[in-house]
Amino acid sequence: MTPAAHPLAPELRLVSVRDLAWLTGSLALVIAPHALRAPWWLTLLTLCLFAWRFYYALDRVPLPSRWLVLAVAGAAMLGVWIEYRTLFGRQPGIVLLMLFAGLKLLETRTHRDAAAAAFLGYILIITNFLYTQSIPTAVLMGAALFAITATLIGFSAPNRAPRPNLRTAALLLAHAVPVAAALFVLFPRVDTPLWGLPRDAYAAMTGLSETMSPGNLSSLALSDAIAFRAEFEGGLPAQALRYWRGPVMWDFDGRTWRSAEYVPARFAPPARGRAAYRYGVVLEPHNRTWLFALESAASVPRSARYSGDGQILAPLPVRTRLRYDLSSVLAPEPRVQETPALLRRALRLPPGFNPQALALAAQWRAAARNQDEVVSRAVSFLRQGRYAYTLEPPLLGADSVDEFLFDTKAGFCEHFSSAFVFLMRAAGVPARVVTGYQGGELNPVDRIITVRQSDAHAWTEVFLPARGWVRVDPTAVAVPGRVESGLARAMAQTEQALMQRPEFRWLRDLRYQWEAAAHKWNIWVLGYNPERQRELMNLVGIRATDWRALTATLFTVLGVMTALLLLWSLRHVVRPDPVERAWRAFCAKLAAQGVERSPNEGPRDYAERAARALPAARRAILLIGALYIGLRYGPHPSARRANQLRHLVRSLRLT
Amino acid sequence: MIGGILARNPRLANWLYGFEPPERGTVVLGHRRVYIVPARLGWLYGAALAILLIGSINYQLGLGFALTFLLAGLGLAGMVHTARNLTRIGVSAGRAQPVFAGERAQFRLHLDSRARFDRPAILARHLGSGSQLVVDIPQLSIAEVVLEAPAARRGWLPIGRLLLETRFPLGLFRAWTYVEPDARCLVYPKPERSPLPPPAAHAAGAAQRAPAAGNEDFSGLRSYQLSDSPRHVAWKAVARSDQMLTKQFTGETAAELWLDGQLLPAGLGLEQRLSRLAGWVLAAQRSGAHYGLRLPGVEIAPGRGDSHAGACLRALALYPPP
Repeated sequence: MTPAAHPLAPELRLVSVRDLAWLTGSLALVIAPHALRAPWWLTLLTLCLFAWRFYYALDRVPLPSRWLVLAVAGAAMLGVWIEYRTLFGRQPGIVLLMLFAGLKLLETRTHRDAAAAAFLGYILIITNFLYTQSIPTAVLMGAALFAITATLIGFSAPNRAPRPNLRTAALLLAHAVPVAAALFVLFPRVDTPLWGLPRDAYAAMTGLSETMSPGNLSSLALSDAIAFRAEFEGGLPAQALRYWRGPVMWDFDGRTWRSAEYVPARFAPPARGRAAYRYGVVLEPHNRTWLFALESAASVPRSARYSGDGQILAPLPVRTRLRYDLSSVLAPEPRVQETPALLRRALRLPPGFNPQALALAAQWRAAARNQDEVVSRAVSFLRQGRYAYTLEPPLLGADSVDEFLFDTKAGFCEHFSSAFVFLMRAAGVPARVVTGYQGGELNPVDRIITVRQSDAHAWTEVFLPARGWVRVDPTAVAVPGRVESGLARAMAQTEQALMQRPEFRWLRDLRYQWEAAAHKWNIWVLGYNPERQRELMNLVGIRATDWRALTATLFTVLGVMTALLLLWSLRHVVRPDPVERAWRAFCAKLAAQGVERSPNEGPRDYAERAARALPAARRAILLIGALYIGLRYGPHPSARRANQLRHLVRSLRLT
Repeated sequence: MIGGILARNPRLANWLYGFEPPERGTVVLGHRRVYIVPARLGWLYGAALAILLIGSINYQLGLGFALTFLLAGLGLAGMVHTARNLTRIGVSAGRAQPVFAGERAQFRLHLDSRARFDRPAILARHLGSGSQLVVDIPQLSIAEVVLEAPAARRGWLPIGRLLLETRFPLGLFRAWTYVEPDARCLVYPKPERSPLPPPAAHAAGAAQRAPAAGNEDFSGLRSYQLSDSPRHVAWKAVARSDQMLTKQFTGETAAELWLDGQLLPAGLGLEQRLSRLAGWVLAAQRSGAHYGLRLPGVEIAPGRGDSHAGACLRALALYPPP
């Protein structure tokens, strides 16, 4: 029944230069962010492929042979393999996809190939989200989506001008948004990936690690990336009290501190303290299990647990933005019980390092009456030591603590905390290094505290028999400015970031506004997970939130939306005017009596013939005919006449 | 397969497509008779959506979900828009010029947009002949499509079933409808070339009227009459004088010519007779003769001109008269 040549079949319609221009333009928009990340030669190659295709289109020569295209593809894949040593994994996969978009263009002859390339463009959009899902990315990709859609419309309507095609694309997207919103809210979400991800899937995540050695916190301090945001329900703790506790380091090998895989102890959270805070944290993914909490956490989020040294651990590494609620108390009441094995571990030191520090500690130990006094001697030693706080500390040799304490006297928080714990242990006071974040910036717009990687900090905890574990921040002792006014002020010598200067206040305010928006975006768009879905469904009164209830609701909503769309689609259709409708009703009434109007019969002839055939209604029929002729062809059609016509037709009785 | 079944059972097809052909006047395509299925590209699009959804779930991409669902919404909106592109078009057929059997009838089809939006890329196809055309209908206006169908036999040729199809805007869906307007084309018998019969005894009385106007020798100009053949219009003179003028000739064959079925050899079948008569009508018309047509049950008085020829050919096409 269908002949071979179907003028609407995409496989039979050749792409025009205009189609090609639209297609390459929209693909370039999608690829643009990747071009910054991909190796330069690949970006260049993709651009060359685009240009090559245009050369063919403008010169009207046949496309290159399949073998040539395959050869280019093979060479490019070899290049990718040399670059990454694999073809699988996220980054190589994406650059290959980018390459294929260019190659697909090169063999695009018909609209079917072109449409396939456009669909590839849709898929390339999502690959950008693997790197960033920020608002600017979303806006750029929205533009790309719009462009690709307009391109597809151009394929279907080759004779139409681009402007109406753009208008249609906007209309289509406007109609798609409510459907998309319903799907976004109601589509049943799952928590876990469907299968294993490539090994480099989480390579981009930054944050604290399980180890601490000179230099790794200071490199983190240069990063402006956000670690987490915290929103407090009531009052806020002061800047100097905002210690966000993270991994605890126990074991020292002379250079690197390591956290313990397992701490054989039970941790009991503090019940009371001087002040209590309730707050929610939105943690950026860091691919580790620990969660950050204001010192000292009095509760754990659901499904998380305490480790023996008081860390809060999630069951799985945090790989998506995670929101949790917590409460913390300041200055908890002392808890002096501790597992003896743990205390022994907190005294262990590697033999043969830092003889000067060992000697100093031995001296303190001999002179002091108790451990409290040892600690206070150490604190005053640091305070009077004229230590400098710097992001670029001098390199240290094997006896890193000795060199820092007595020689270079300049370091970052990891140097201070490492040296302090070393001294404490050498003096017989159990001590451990705690890493985490200190401070955070309060956004006055939404009262949310943003903690960045640059707020990464290391401090110490010492165990005193009367007071239990007590926090001592040697950096704060030696360089008081660090904790009171944040990192930027403490760096007196290093140049300040532009934003931090007082005269750029307006810039900072703008940034606050932007970050408040970004936070909302993170929570509601990016962080919309099964839990949030459940909360929202409970809010609107859908109790049973298993996937069946969600699916049923979803389909109901989608059905209603489709019906509304259909109603809309008939809105701009022109209906016959009332006079025409009345005339048609009249013809239908006569036809039911066997007097059918033949298509070429004028109204006058028809009315006269009908009047002869149905003499009982003669007057009415002739009047209707005359009225209709007057309204249709007469010089001054009046509304009164039209109403009269409608009334007459309605009241016409023929039986 | 389904197409085959429907072709064999027109009543089933009519029931399925919801109309009883032929449809009089302007046929407005209601949404109930517009069918829609995903095109092949639509399935490809669906596969791309599945990839996007799996990727979003696997990598927990909030924006990935947003993109996937936006594209799903786009597909749904595209479906409605595709159906809308066809719904409520008014289809009516124009007059088709008569043709001779063996030629191709040309049916004019008027597609009335009846909407305040344009309807691009609508395919109209004559199912019987495969003749097809893609038109764009601008908003609130009418597009004309000419579809050809082979005219095999003399008589009335109904237009037959037409397909209207569109894939606009995204090409993901294919919406179509069938329509069979009340349009027909008159098909004259295939003319057979043969020498004209001599002006027979019947012509005797008319012979005195000579000299009658023929088309052999140019004798002057007169003002144009509607029945004059365009071949005789003095175009050069028209260009000069701004008035339609016809060249007048003095003919020799001024005699009345009767094209009588009885003059044909007895062995011919009806169709052959009609064919030969049609050939005679054309030849007589060309020669400018004053001719009439006579067949059992039909007699057309002698005359000349295009409308006279039309009347004769029509009688032949529809022979025997009802």
